[in-house]
Amino acid sequence: MLKIDNLHVKLEEEDKQILKGVTLEVPAGEVHAIMGPNGSGKSTLSYVLSGRDGYEVTEGSAMLGDIDLLELEPEERAAAGMFLAFQYPVEIPGVGNMTFLRTAVNAQRKARGQEEMSAADFLKFVRAKAKDLKIDADMLKRPVNVGFSGGEKKRNEILQMAMLEPKMCILDETDSGLDVDAMKLVSDGVNALRDENRGFLVITHYQRLLDHIVPDVVHIMAGGRIVKSGGPELALEVEKNGYADLMETA
Amino acid sequence: MAIAKEKLLARRRDALSARLETLTLPEGGAWITEARKTALARLETMGLPTGRDEYWRFTKPESLNAAEPEPAAVFDHGEETPVFDAVERTRIVFVDGVFDAAQSDDLSVDGIEIERLEDAARADIHWAKDIYGAIETRGQTPVERPHAALNTAFATDGVLIRVTGKAEKPVSLIYQHKNETSDAFLHNVVRVEAGGELTLLENGPAAARFNKVLEVDIAAGGRLHHIRAQGRDHERRAVTGMFVRQDEDSLFKSFTLTVNGRLTRNEIYVDLEGPNASAHVAGAALGHGDFHHDDTVFIRHDAENCESRQVFKKVLQEGAIGTFQGKILVERGAQKTDGYQKSQSLLLDDGANFLAKPELEIYADDVACSHGSTSGAIDKDMLFYLRARGIDEKTAMDLLVIAFVAEAMEEVEDERFREELVERLEGWLLRRRG
Ligand SMILES: Nc1ncnc2c1ncn2[C@@H]1O[C@H](COP(=O)(O)OP(=O)(O)OP(=O)(O)O)[C@@H](O)[C@H]1O
Ligand SMILES: [Mg+2]
Repeated sequence: MLKIDNLHVKLEEEDKQILKGVTLEVPAGEVHAIMGPNGSGKSTLSYVLSGRDGYEVTEGSAMLGDIDLLELEPEERAAAGMFLAFQYPVEIPGVGNMTFLRTAVNAQRKARGQEEMSAADFLKFVRAKAKDLKIDADMLKRPVNVGFSGGEKKRNEILQMAMLEPKMCILDETDSGLDVDAMKLVSDGVNALRDENRGFLVITHYQRLLDHIVPDVVHIMAGGRIVKSGGPELALEVEKNGYADLMETA
Repeated sequence: MAIAKEKLLARRRDALSARLETLTLPEGGAWITEARKTALARLETMGLPTGRDEYWRFTKPESLNAAEPEPAAVFDHGEETPVFDAVERTRIVFVDGVFDAAQSDDLSVDGIEIERLEDAARADIHWAKDIYGAIETRGQTPVERPHAALNTAFATDGVLIRVTGKAEKPVSLIYQHKNETSDAFLHNVVRVEAGGELTLLENGPAAARFNKVLEVDIAAGGRLHHIRAQGRDHERRAVTGMFVRQDEDSLFKSFTLTVNGRLTRNEIYVDLEGPNASAHVAGAALGHGDFHHDDTVFIRHDAENCESRQVFKKVLQEGAIGTFQGKILVERGAQKTDGYQKSQSLLLDDGANFLAKPELEIYADDVACSHGSTSGAIDKDMLFYLRARGIDEKTAMDLLVIAFVAEAMEEVEDERFREELVERLEGWLLRRRG
């Protein structure tokens, strides 16, 4: 599903190489986790895959199925099935969460040649999904992420994911800042979407999340590269010993 | 210094004499003749503004001063219905500045007296006698507003509205522009009696060049909601003056939406004379290319415990210019004043320009006043967030534009009108994309 090959990325504005040859494949139906020290390039990878400005790909490729992601605008990538749950969801004063969700859902439906959802159908749809994540009506009415607590912001990301039903979901530290109950809600939200046609790339610092969302593969990223890949036990090893040993063996 | 002042005054007087060549003081009218003569006399002492005047540095007055207006093409609205069309209201229509009885509703409405200026002027005694030109005159100090005095002297049409109770439905002033060279004066007066309440709507481009004055007098506990959508005609020019006097516990809320127009100067002067009064003035102006929009606002706090709020937003691109001059003046006795002023612009490209002059002048010691003026571009992180959810760039930009002006739109209390204005704006943004 997602195939990243020897991806090299530098900052557009300065001569700083951040990704130095990332190779990674997430087949449909699998959940892969990425762990790695602060500043190793995990968020950068997720941004580059979703089309954020400011980066320059100097080498390598990133494909979603047979679609060359790097050729597309961010909205086209989203329509093709890419989704990024942001490490830092953006606050947008003045844009109602509901308006935002409806515009996004309908934009993607339109891009895929489906009919736009009626206001009534949309309302039913959003209410059902919000209920699963214990997102109340007030949060839907407020401006996007404005005044949301850290945990509320993360749940709002998962709500968007649940509504957009993407093919490839990247979760960038969605577990950070979540209390135990919220962690369970978010994990249930993710697990509900797990199926043979969908792939997940879960970026996290904590093994704990991977008890809830059990990964097929765990990758360790350091210095802009994947330095080691393995099964769920790799996460336990990181939890126990930190990254130092792993980086030496790389 | 003195010589420079003399020179400036001579220039202003020259500008005025050039203007007066095509004007004659209107005949007829009883009490109003006096008001017109006085206005002309006042005008003669000040002349018309020049680019050297302190409050005309950002906006060129020449096209507003000129004896003849520049022609302005009449905008074709196509299939689109005019704003507020679906609202139950009393319609008063002016075509190129002239009252049009055929398109207007019956002016006898419960709880309100509405008269044409022309008719009221003929009466020997009239309630408007003490208001017409009087509130405008107060608004001439400390900053002169010559176009308003010009209006008081030469306007022959307009309406006088007296609100004695809670008006059942809004009064709607509709300005149509049909003649490419029309040059219109309109002078409207609203008196809200104690406890009265009215919503006043205004919409339309009015004329190729439009000079409008609205004088508002709100008695104790009275409330006036004013919502205005200035016409979309690209080439029109307008100078408008709103002069407001408020007694205790009164409320004045005004919102103006402006899209297009070659030149718009909206002056607002509010005098908070009675305690516990509240004045909110807001505006959203959006333009591209040959668009110059000027908000010049002056709020005078002259009583205790009053609140004022100014929220002005501008969205500019392709060389468009927006200007804001806003002042809060707090007089000595006006303790517990709560004054707020915010002017912001969103510049959609490098060609646009925003000029601001926010001012506070405070002579009381127990007040809370704040002002802030900012100018910025579309937030890249917000834009990316929206696009990452599948919203195309143009739609995302429009969402952020609407979001940017939302704070000003919030000043429209009645949801019906606010929602309609937002929809209009969305439509306009969509059409502008082509
Ligand atoms: N726009 C930028 N300007 C300057 N440096 C940047 C920029 N974006 C990323 N970097 C740098 O690139 C490196 C990788 O950053 P990135 O955010 O991808 O790390 P991360 O692995 O997600 O870290 P964390 O675990 O702390 O979230 C860091 O050193 C960061 O400072
Ligand atoms: Mg990160």
